[in-house]
Amino acid sequence: MENKIDWVTLLLYFVILVFGWLNIYAACYDESHAAVFDFSTRHGKQLIWIGISLLLALVISLIDPHIFSSTAYLIYLIVIGLLVVVLFVGAVTKGGQSWIDFGPFKFQPAEFAKFATALALAKFMSSLDIDYRQLRTKLIAWTIVLVPAAIIILQHDTGSALVFASFLLPMYREGMSPQIIIFGFVAIVLFVLALLVNKFIIIGVLAAVALFYLFVWLNKRTRRHYVWVAAIFLGCSLFTMSVDFAFDKVLQPHQRDRIYVLLGKTDDNSNTGYNVNQSKIAIGSGGFLGKGFLNGTITKADFVPEQETDFIFCTVGEEWGFVGSTILILLYLGLLFRLVRLAERQYSKFSRFYGYSVASILFVHILINIGMVLGLLPVIGIPLPFFSYGGSSLMAFTILLFIFLRQDQERTKPI
Amino acid sequence: MSNQFQERSAVIRIIFLVVAVIFIVRLAFMQVFDGEYRRQADRQALRPITQYPARGLIYDRNGELLVYNEAVYDLMVIPKMVKKLDTNLFCRVVGISRDDFEARMRKASKYSTYSASPFMKQISKEEYGAWQSHLYKFHGFYVLQRTLRVYDKPIAAHVLGYVGEVNDNEIKEDSYYKQGDYIGKSGLEQSYEGILRGIKGKRIMHVDVHNREIGPYMNGANDTVAVEGGNLYTTIDATLQEYAEGLMANKRGCVVAIEPSTGEVLTLVSAPCYDPNLLVGRVRGENYLKLLNDISKPLFNRALQAQYPPGSIFKVAQAMTALNLGVIAPGQGFPCDKSLVGCHNHPSARSVQEAIKMSCNPYFYYTYRRIIQQGKYKNIYKDSPYGLTVWDNYMHRFGFGQRLGIDLPNVKSGRIPDTAFYNRRYGEGRWAFSTIYSNSIGQGEVEVVPIQMANLACIVANRGYYITPHLVRYYGPDSTRNEEFYERHETGINPAYFEIAANGMYDVVHGAGGTAHRANIPDIDVCGKTGTAQNIGDDHSVFIAFAPKENPKIAVAVYVENARGGGGYWAAPIASLVIEKYIRGEVTRKDVERMYREAAPCQKLPLTRTVKKKKK
Repeated sequence: MENKIDWVTLLLYFVILVFGWLNIYAACYDESHAAVFDFSTRHGKQLIWIGISLLLALVISLIDPHIFSSTAYLIYLIVIGLLVVVLFVGAVTKGGQSWIDFGPFKFQPAEFAKFATALALAKFMSSLDIDYRQLRTKLIAWTIVLVPAAIIILQHDTGSALVFASFLLPMYREGMSPQIIIFGFVAIVLFVLALLVNKFIIIGVLAAVALFYLFVWLNKRTRRHYVWVAAIFLGCSLFTMSVDFAFDKVLQPHQRDRIYVLLGKTDDNSNTGYNVNQSKIAIGSGGFLGKGFLNGTITKADFVPEQETDFIFCTVGEEWGFVGSTILILLYLGLLFRLVRLAERQYSKFSRFYGYSVASILFVHILINIGMVLGLLPVIGIPLPFFSYGGSSLMAFTILLFIFLRQDQERTKPI
Repeated sequence: MSNQFQERSAVIRIIFLVVAVIFIVRLAFMQVFDGEYRRQADRQALRPITQYPARGLIYDRNGELLVYNEAVYDLMVIPKMVKKLDTNLFCRVVGISRDDFEARMRKASKYSTYSASPFMKQISKEEYGAWQSHLYKFHGFYVLQRTLRVYDKPIAAHVLGYVGEVNDNEIKEDSYYKQGDYIGKSGLEQSYEGILRGIKGKRIMHVDVHNREIGPYMNGANDTVAVEGGNLYTTIDATLQEYAEGLMANKRGCVVAIEPSTGEVLTLVSAPCYDPNLLVGRVRGENYLKLLNDISKPLFNRALQAQYPPGSIFKVAQAMTALNLGVIAPGQGFPCDKSLVGCHNHPSARSVQEAIKMSCNPYFYYTYRRIIQQGKYKNIYKDSPYGLTVWDNYMHRFGFGQRLGIDLPNVKSGRIPDTAFYNRRYGEGRWAFSTIYSNSIGQGEVEVVPIQMANLACIVANRGYYITPHLVRYYGPDSTRNEEFYERHETGINPAYFEIAANGMYDVVHGAGGTAHRANIPDIDVCGKTGTAQNIGDDHSVFIAFAPKENPKIAVAVYVENARGGGGYWAAPIASLVIEKYIRGEVTRKDVERMYREAAPCQKLPLTRTVKKKKK
């Protein structure tokens, strides 16, 4: 049974793509290079990337979708190979060594590692004899995720590596215990609090919460309860006390600065805080309706570094204002909801898992990117999907999305 | 089982939704509720540039340009942007020493390293032209155009006044002015500041992160164009002004010439004069101090601010007052009794006309007594105050004792003493005519400003009225006129009496026994009145005149300080030369002209001031 490609997703994809290109055009607008098809400019080049991406989307729509599940491991291994190759021959850009130079084009394997990992993990998770509770299963699954992430960290591209945390969501959907997500969340909260507040106060509050839970909340108490609460309390306390050590010894100096800036502990708007400060000024100055297309005073004057790539949302905020920014966020939200819906209607576990992976990967990008430009999260340089300037990321996102759309098109009820 | 998965799917969707809501709320706070981002954005990306309008020009009555503007250049520097500067070349080109360069750079950096401050001010067009071609090599430097006042003829400094940088008070009073702006500080520049200054324009430039201008913000939609200052079309006759200033060389005093029928001031000289170009540009500060400390007070506008005893010219006003009050008749005679008040040797006057001609002091002693002691009260201590009040009122009708509404700043009122004045000085009921009779001959407590003296000549010329003396006929693009300068101020005295005064003044110059034969000009009927004002130093020489007798074209007052000679000797011939120059356009009496031009009659001033100011 052949279904039509999901036109809602397709439409959202196109709208975001066009809106993104308009903002790239505005961000690098220069009256002497105003021509749309001037390929020496970034907006001109982006047109090429969009063309190639659409071609890729078309090719994917034509091939047999079963090929993705059958070649998932192969693709995964090829990408891992490329990631390793980058470690040795990669070009260094902005402190990260993650590009392979092909003369006029540069290629970033880390972008492609995301869909490759999604495919491999989906393939593994949909194996017939899988049992999620087995330690072996968990180990293999985490190995699939963490190997590319680790190599990417070695390339000093922490942002891209962080994206691999997005596989927590599809795994949760498929039945994994939510504990790890909750633990992660609690860890982040404790980490931030430990940097801001006296640690003994935190431990005191933790103790109070634990006692309240045990003696007020619970009606019946068993020994199991006591042991668990004590263990969690101890774990949290130890974690809190070790935050300083981790902060000083594990994180890079620039990462420490970025976190300090976010938490308002340093007020350095000329160095580390400069980007975010300018980004907030650009967005905040947009007002309700924005300054109008091509009328941004901050973005047009190059105050925001990286404004076509990681900080592209500044242009939206400044020129399209609150209305435009909200519309873009709603477009993304619509896309994510649609993808979840499509994933839920899959009959094969492989494509459902893959569908959730697509939604989660896009979500984490949006979360980190917009959170960063709004000054809610530390500066982590990853692109805004379908929106930021950049060939590798646009192609990789397009492949990621269209592989899923192709599977959705070919969904069949098991006989 | 299926339920649990639906729940988990919902949890994932809720996570997505929560993040989206957080973002939208954050955006709302940043973009809609907090205006600070917008202000900060404008501060860093927009550069307002003030456009200075050209100050209005000033013309004389014949359309000759008296004051115009010349472009000068301020060399500006943005210290942060000065990079790879060839300091040796720079110093050689600009013409400053290495140390001077360092000092100026330090000063600029102290002000701000990121924004522009003047490195060198008011560079002339010629200087700028010489090194303009090198400027591109000096990153961080640029040139800002300003204008300076230029005076082709070095005349009328006191009329035109000067402009200078605004001070803090002026900024406080009028928010139009910003630090570094120029404002008229005296003369017409001050009184017509609002017309001359024009309206500043504002351009908003969009600058990029490197402080480079990208282009006009919003394509200039919010920009305003500077409106040029309005021109002044003055009543000054530049030729006459220059001539009169020449005559007043080496002297202290003043010359005021007015067209009686219109009140238009033709010439207003305060000597010593100074070249108005001295108070322009970089040399201004130094020259200003020099002029300020000069003991002969060249900055002091004597024509409007010096309050002199008028001397005998004041008698004309006394005669008119007495006639109009009816206390004397035109044919009234008084003996020249030198026991009352000193006089020179002349026959006793048999009429008002003769009294004016001979300037008989005792005659006006009697006349003034009749004005002051009208017999209203038996008690002379009551009668005199009554008479003085009447007299006071008459003097004010002549424009004395009050500020004439001339369109120049800082005019003095002179002094016509009233009863309150004498009560303060002597006590009530403790003074009478005998205390104050010196007023009759323009001495005593009376003080008159030279512009009022010229105005007195106008009143006689007009046979009874004056129009407020003024210096601007019309101004601005619409040729606006000041309506108050078309209003006749009547003395309310019978014009027939003024005919007597005119005849007397004619005799002063032309008649036998007149006091001002030196003012006699062939073929022109000059009417004049001399004065010799006593004071602490040598006598002041005073003369007022108008000519011709019928349909007068010019009225003049000349005052020469400490001239060691009477009004007829110094002031009268100078006045006559001014009259001849104006009416004939040419002076025939070259020898007289040369003599008075070169003469330096004034008593030398002591090197140090002997009169100390009272402490306030």
